[in-house]
Amino acid sequence: MRARAFFARDKVPWGVHPHDHKRPAADVATRTLPLPERLYVPLQQHIGAPARPVVMAGKKVYKGQLIAEAQGPTSAAVHAPTSGRVHAIGEITAPHPSGLAMTAIIIESDGEDEWIDSSPCRDPFALPPEEIATRIAAAGIVGLGGATFPAALKLASAHKAKIHTLILNGCECEPYLSCDDRLMRDAADEIVAGIRLMMRATGAQQALIGIEENKPEAIAAMRAATHHSPAVEVRVVPARYPMGSEKHLFSMLMGREIPADCRTTDLGALVHNVGTAHAVYQAICAGHPLVERLLTVHGAAVAHPGNLWVPIGALVSDVFAFAGLLGEPARLVMGGPMMGVQLPHMQVPVIKGTSGLLALSAEEIGSTSPSSCIRCASCVRACPVGLLPLEMAARIKAGKLTAAVDFGLKDCLACGCCTFVCPAHIPLVHYFLHAKNELAARARTELRLEATKRLAAARKERLEREAKEKAEAAARRKAERMAQKAALHRSSEEATV
Amino acid sequence: MSTDWLASTPIASPHVHAGSSVSAVMIKVMLALTPATVHAFWLYGWPAIFLWFATVFAAIAGEAFCLRMMRRRALPVLKDGSAMLTGWLLALSLPPWAPLWLGLVGGLFATIVAKQVFGGIGQNLFNPAMAARVALLISFPVPMTQWLDPLPMGSPVAPDLVRSIQIALGSNNELDAIASASLLGHAKTELARGIDLTQIRLPAFGPRGEHAGSLGEASIGLLAAGGLALLLMRVISWHIPVAMLLGAILPAAIGHALDPSRHLPPIVHLLSGGLILGAFFIATDYVTSPSTRLGQFIFGLGCGVLTWLIRTYGGYPEGVAFAVLLMNALTPAIDRWVRPRIYGRDRRGHPLELGK
Amino acid sequence: MIVAIVSLTLLGLALGFALGFAAKRFAVAQDAGLAAIEALMPGTNCGQCGYAGCAGAAAAIARAEAPPTICPPGGKALVEALAKRLGFSVDVASLTEPDPKIASVDEEICIGCCRCLKVCPTDAIIGAPKQIHNVLREACTGCAQCLDRCPTEAIKMTPIPLTLQHWVWPKPVLNGTLGVMS
Repeated sequence: MRARAFFARDKVPWGVHPHDHKRPAADVATRTLPLPERLYVPLQQHIGAPARPVVMAGKKVYKGQLIAEAQGPTSAAVHAPTSGRVHAIGEITAPHPSGLAMTAIIIESDGEDEWIDSSPCRDPFALPPEEIATRIAAAGIVGLGGATFPAALKLASAHKAKIHTLILNGCECEPYLSCDDRLMRDAADEIVAGIRLMMRATGAQQALIGIEENKPEAIAAMRAATHHSPAVEVRVVPARYPMGSEKHLFSMLMGREIPADCRTTDLGALVHNVGTAHAVYQAICAGHPLVERLLTVHGAAVAHPGNLWVPIGALVSDVFAFAGLLGEPARLVMGGPMMGVQLPHMQVPVIKGTSGLLALSAEEIGSTSPSSCIRCASCVRACPVGLLPLEMAARIKAGKLTAAVDFGLKDCLACGCCTFVCPAHIPLVHYFLHAKNELAARARTELRLEATKRLAAARKERLEREAKEKAEAAARRKAERMAQKAALHRSSEEATV
Repeated sequence: MSTDWLASTPIASPHVHAGSSVSAVMIKVMLALTPATVHAFWLYGWPAIFLWFATVFAAIAGEAFCLRMMRRRALPVLKDGSAMLTGWLLALSLPPWAPLWLGLVGGLFATIVAKQVFGGIGQNLFNPAMAARVALLISFPVPMTQWLDPLPMGSPVAPDLVRSIQIALGSNNELDAIASASLLGHAKTELARGIDLTQIRLPAFGPRGEHAGSLGEASIGLLAAGGLALLLMRVISWHIPVAMLLGAILPAAIGHALDPSRHLPPIVHLLSGGLILGAFFIATDYVTSPSTRLGQFIFGLGCGVLTWLIRTYGGYPEGVAFAVLLMNALTPAIDRWVRPRIYGRDRRGHPLELGK
Repeated sequence: MIVAIVSLTLLGLALGFALGFAAKRFAVAQDAGLAAIEALMPGTNCGQCGYAGCAGAAAAIARAEAPPTICPPGGKALVEALAKRLGFSVDVASLTEPDPKIASVDEEICIGCCRCLKVCPTDAIIGAPKQIHNVLREACTGCAQCLDRCPTEAIKMTPIPLTLQHWVWPKPVLNGTLGVMS
């Protein structure tokens, strides 16, 4: 077995092949989380500025009602995930390793789960592209693959760039997660309808759905659903982490790399997640904004792993209470195990970008304390973008962040391959995240320093100008007084004449 | 679902691990060395076993001593097995009946001077085992070149336990009587005497490649098998071993074809001295070899060519240790100039052209 | 033996002198560049460093009397710029900055006297006589010069709240895990 693996050349020269742990959870029928009593809907579930609340405490809301509107271009609208009463607009711990708080609209469910009057579109394919984008924006749809970039903005920019290909990311290369797999099996027709709507919105002539080879059921379901849509094609890609990275999926399907200073739209393609396509279908065809999502509950500490439809704003503790826990988990993770974030505790809400909730046992984490780097270069071979993680981490450890940038820190995806394979268990990704954050913070202080300098200079100029004006005014007054006096003198002289 | 359960410090992704560890790597290398070592023990008897233990002990003691000096707990670091491996490799590169003190001095030198002084594991510029071997060779040339033909345990010529202890303690007056030149040493002396290589009879090899030489040299076949096992276990990649063997054999073949009177045939280069041990176990040391595949190939090639050059034109009959050390010194330069290409960028780090 | 010792000693001495001479003869005048340092400083003359304005601090840094970390508004960015300019190395990432603070006006107590306006080095306080003053968050450097001027103690220094966007992953701590005895 080993020998065969040795002699068989790897089909893909980058990345790692972690145990995927997807089954049997992926094969369990999709369930729906019972409606929690309270939902904590954060105002910021996307990249960009937080949404602005448009409801007040005590107000009755219906499921799908707009409760916070987008504020600025990269913001996204937020809708009520169920019917009930706005309890308060307060703070809740963010699903973020920092454990900092974020503002959320707290909704007390009335148990009715009553939709607001929705306007399903009878002939969605007759809608003009701009109208599709507008409706997607109004539905608060963000990229459900985890990047949470507002979908409508991406579609609009792709339309402007006149792309020819829409790439659908159905790779789901993260271990444990199977929500995209499940969605493709359960709702293939809806996803394909969503894809065709997105093609219309962008003007793309073809759509390629990239699915990893380890999901034969999803591949079959999607192939069946795309049977009558010749422009939509399913492409099977090797199961290799991080195949689901935009760069790598693009390269796999288009056969070329994205230049470092370009985006996929510059090369005529746009990458979207299959979950996003489903949300687009829901928004346009059913008139339902993004108020719930399918997510994977998994990990050795979970009694009944599987996929759940969960309303946005449900607490992680609600989800785990439903799925059952076997003892205290060693670590809680939102997202996949390779790139997901550690949760400080369970009282945090599910957001639009939550693809999975993992309760990992100590055994799964396999955490042993880090030792010194032995320069084995496993990380160099694992890095999917061709970096030297060991060199970058050594620089960052020594505080030489700019030296790490010279080694390509800015090209790092933080995919976790290097840390995954490191025999010395060095937290390489942690170093890179620290360095990236630190450099960003430094850039902010630099900007602030510049602004301060400008303000100080402006003040100096103002003070000088005021002093000058004052002097001029004084001089003018003096001159006036002199003139007055002279005039007075003259008139008195004239009088005496 | 207690709310007071708060993560104290945030832990970054990934949250799973492949399960590899430094000690697992070292153990695999040691396992690959075991057959050849056991075979060598059988060939050279108790003095060789004593020497091996002394060298390994000294290497571990040296590492522990340094760690204690730095007020660090020694046990967690020693558990990675790297000090033991260093001592092991050094022992295999010593003459089989070398006195114990030679092994002790070498082992201490390897971990204290060649490793811990540079900052411990991962920081040393030179391969500790080879640095120690070269230091011993330069400082104590006589005991470091006392080779002998294998005297398998149980055979009438093999020394008994008491005699073995005497040999280990250094009273090796008898050794001079049975000492034999290593193949490469023999060729070098004969050449120096003005006798060309076509006229001398080279010593024969045993069925597993045994011949007079260092402890590890005695069983070339088993060493090569161990090396292949490391390749199959993916502990090492083929780049350094293949490049090093090529780097030594190709010039040897050319030289031999052009002037057989002055150049040994490639098969002799391949089977004698520490070439196999060096190619699979020493040059492949993670710490002191380059990080990229291409860099490793260049490194291996350099090791091989230098080995051949030193063997053929140098003052010493054997050149693996010197070659590896010289290439170790070049490793930072190779790592600087040979870097992988970053996605979306050309080799020089500029973004790719859009139109391309 | 003696010849070798003497010749090597002489060689060493000669080369040593040669090096020493070269160091003196070809020394590049190390211009600390007072003006350049001053240009790096914020220029607000806020006085948080304890020197008479930014020029004073720059001079102190140039004379190596003050550490490059002396300027709170400048922060790590300034330290790094100074390190680059003056050619020293510093582990900027390990420096801890005191929690940044900004001034805020308690609207209940402010009487609109305008005294604070006059001392603010960045014109960060807006207001008119008999009107409640307000601090522009973006412009305030937290120098606290206004604090003493307020006759009613309406100005307080409040820490800038840490947001998710500004949170920085801490540097991994490895002590204790590398076998270091505590």
